[in-house]
Amino acid sequence: MTKQSLKYNQQKPSIGHPVVLVKDVTMMFNIANEHLSSLKEYFIKLATRQLFYREFCALDKVSLRVEQGDVFGIVGINGSGKSTLLKIIAGVLEPTYGNVEVNGTIAPLIELGAGFDFELTARENIYLNGALLGYNRKYIDEHFDEIVSFAELEGFLELPMKNYSSGMVARIAFAVATVMIPDLLIVDEALSVGDMFFQEKCLDRINTLISDHGTTVLFVSHNIEQVERLCHKAIWLEQGVVQMTGSTLEVCEAYKNSKQ
Amino acid sequence: MSGLLERFFGRFQHDWFILTSLVSKDFKLKYRRSVLGIAWSVLNPLLMMFVMAAVFTFVFRGNATTQPFPVYLILGTTLFNLMNSSTTNGASSIINSAGLIKKIRINKMIFPLQKVVFELVSFALSLIAVVIVLVVYRIMPTFNLLLLPLLLVYMLLFCAGLSLLLSALAVFFTDIIYLWGVIIVAWTYGTPLFYPINALPPVMLTVMQFNPMYHYVTYFRSITMCSVRPRVSELLSCIGQQQLWQPAWQPPGLIENLVCFGIAIITFGIGMAVFRATEKRFVLFV
Repeated sequence: MTKQSLKYNQQKPSIGHPVVLVKDVTMMFNIANEHLSSLKEYFIKLATRQLFYREFCALDKVSLRVEQGDVFGIVGINGSGKSTLLKIIAGVLEPTYGNVEVNGTIAPLIELGAGFDFELTARENIYLNGALLGYNRKYIDEHFDEIVSFAELEGFLELPMKNYSSGMVARIAFAVATVMIPDLLIVDEALSVGDMFFQEKCLDRINTLISDHGTTVLFVSHNIEQVERLCHKAIWLEQGVVQMTGSTLEVCEAYKNSKQ
Repeated sequence: MSGLLERFFGRFQHDWFILTSLVSKDFKLKYRRSVLGIAWSVLNPLLMMFVMAAVFTFVFRGNATTQPFPVYLILGTTLFNLMNSSTTNGASSIINSAGLIKKIRINKMIFPLQKVVFELVSFALSLIAVVIVLVVYRIMPTFNLLLLPLLLVYMLLFCAGLSLLLSALAVFFTDIIYLWGVIIVAWTYGTPLFYPINALPPVMLTVMQFNPMYHYVTYFRSITMCSVRPRVSELLSCIGQQQLWQPAWQPPGLIENLVCFGIAIITFGIGMAVFRATEKRFVLFV
């Protein structure tokens, strides 16, 4: 019996197929009672049969079905499993049990700027980051100006990134990640950096993707107003368990009431 | 079927672009702040050879009997250095890429391979230094030099296998990285890099057969130096022995090629198997 099954199709989802199908996903983390990172310790523990692990359940039988064109908000307090769920959908983590099916290309905006090297210039970083996100060289060449103008980088391209402000870094990362038109956009706290105008600009870009290209969005934010503004469906997680799934209004209302 | 093949090819192309981007990043970072820049890739092996040739000609006299000694030295050390750097950097490659592994979906095998490819390109650059030394000592190239790409394939497989194995183990036990540093030092002295093989007692000759780097270094020297004839003094010293009148270096035969290939493919297979079996758990440990 297989414990888990994972399917990631790069092709566009066919009509009637969900973009994301998460079924009974459970994620267990082993927290070693002590952190063992040396061979000697490991063998001593193994020999004396003290190699016990404490298990921590980050997600407990979570199911989620995201249809094409859905804009799905995920709400919950810190440590409720939101990021774990997104990472499983993005294919970074593998669940302990359960099935995950994703149809279409993913643009993950999980912790913007993963893979930036701060010694390199912005130009070099755009190519490097583009490669890591799965673009080919030709695609980046064609869209280079678009990225630069969105990030408002004109004149700073040949400067090493370590001299940039964190807001500028976030702008580049967002610009690179959203230059492609993805089938699924995963946004995790990405907009908490950058100034207000940039946040507005990002939300505009996400809105354009939704309205013009039918992009499906999974959105995590602590800012409940942002969720209410952007999403029309929502899921509420509490300590790894789904509390409620439904329309944004109902879920956010219930969530806010529970916190008061 | 063709769709499957296309998808496989697409994945490979995607991974290859990431790999080359990362390797070019490594190059940019390595020489960014130096005045001579990439010229160091050529200068470094040359200067190293001068130092070692001086040490072994003037300080530890008598070791430098194999002639021409600087050629013997630079061939051995550049090839050994390829293995040394790629496995040492490869071992910590997964740990150092923790940031990426935790955040994006990526073929994790790229990271150790990135280090091997990077060192292979550096090695290709250091071949310029080798050519300079060969020209200075007037060593004529022979057709045997055409076997060099074959040797590089062996080295690529061998180093990739070791890097995959070490990088996977290092995720669970950081000790591996420190242990490997010690092993490399022992291996450097245990391989005839600065001393001739016949300086060793006969027992060690048998032991040496189990040293993969001995095979690769000998392969590299024999395809490069097989036009070198032994000097009269050397011939006189081995009168009565069977190797009289034979050239100093024999080009590698089929058996030697099979041995080199066998070592490489077995190492690669083991590294690959261990990496594949453990890669899913990396993200939980790094």
